[in-house]
Amino acid sequence: MIELTRRATFSASHYYWNDAWTAEKNEQVFGRCANRNGHGHNYTLEVTVAGEPDKVTGFVVDLKWLKDVMEREVLSAYDHRHLNLETPEFAKEIPTTENIAIASWQRLEPAIRAAGGAKLSRVRVYETPDIFAEYRGQA
Amino acid sequence: MKAYFGRRYTLSASHRLHSDALSAEENRAVYGKCNNPHGHGHNYVLEVLVGGEVVRETGMVIDLGVMDKVVQVKLLQRFDHINLNMDPMFVNRVPTTENLCRVAFELLQGAFASAKLEYVRVEETENNFFQFYGE
Repeated sequence: MIELTRRATFSASHYYWNDAWTAEKNEQVFGRCANRNGHGHNYTLEVTVAGEPDKVTGFVVDLKWLKDVMEREVLSAYDHRHLNLETPEFAKEIPTTENIAIASWQRLEPAIRAAGGAKLSRVRVYETPDIFAEYRGQA
Repeated sequence: MKAYFGRRYTLSASHRLHSDALSAEENRAVYGKCNNPHGHGHNYVLEVLVGGEVVRETGMVIDLGVMDKVVQVKLLQRFDHINLNMDPMFVNRVPTTENLCRVAFELLQGAFASAKLEYVRVEETENNFFQFYGE
């Protein structure tokens, strides 16, 4: 089995806010991230699939195909968007790096499964080069 | 849902690779330039990954500030801008990056409350790094 990873970047804005809490509590827990005008990041999305190389092509998956899936399922929804205001999954969930990794997995997994080849193994999202979250599906 | 949260930190330290179990010639043969008696240094990058349930209220596995504080107190304050050979953890073990990786894991294990330490990766330079997942 071989793992193959493809990276892509997107830029988006967000804020952290829990409607069930007071403004004071939001500011205390989330600090600067609670600013309701939002702020932004250059995110890096790292998608890893695992499988056996095809006997004819030698590919685990066609990288161009994987790039297109990432573009269609994730980047078209997140790139140059305000995550809280423009993506349905973050109308209620807070767009933390953890939740972006989970939501990206949920967007990608059906398309990768439908192709019937390599399986999605993990999704890693870097909010900055030094902060990242990863989701590996339901164990 | 279980997810993982990772963070990268830097620390600068010096070390000398030298084993008392080896002769001076053997030390030079095994460790080469790294056996220089006066030591040398690196800008190490420490990557720490923890895993746990994403708390619904916060959307987080762990609070970044809490994680930073733990790593600051347990590791960075101890090892940044020091000579690793002088630290008690390295009295009986050579401060290779393998051993620094294990020591860092031992010092951080169990320190993150609800989140579990998954691995510690130490990058000695851009071209070599070590990763320890615990025993």
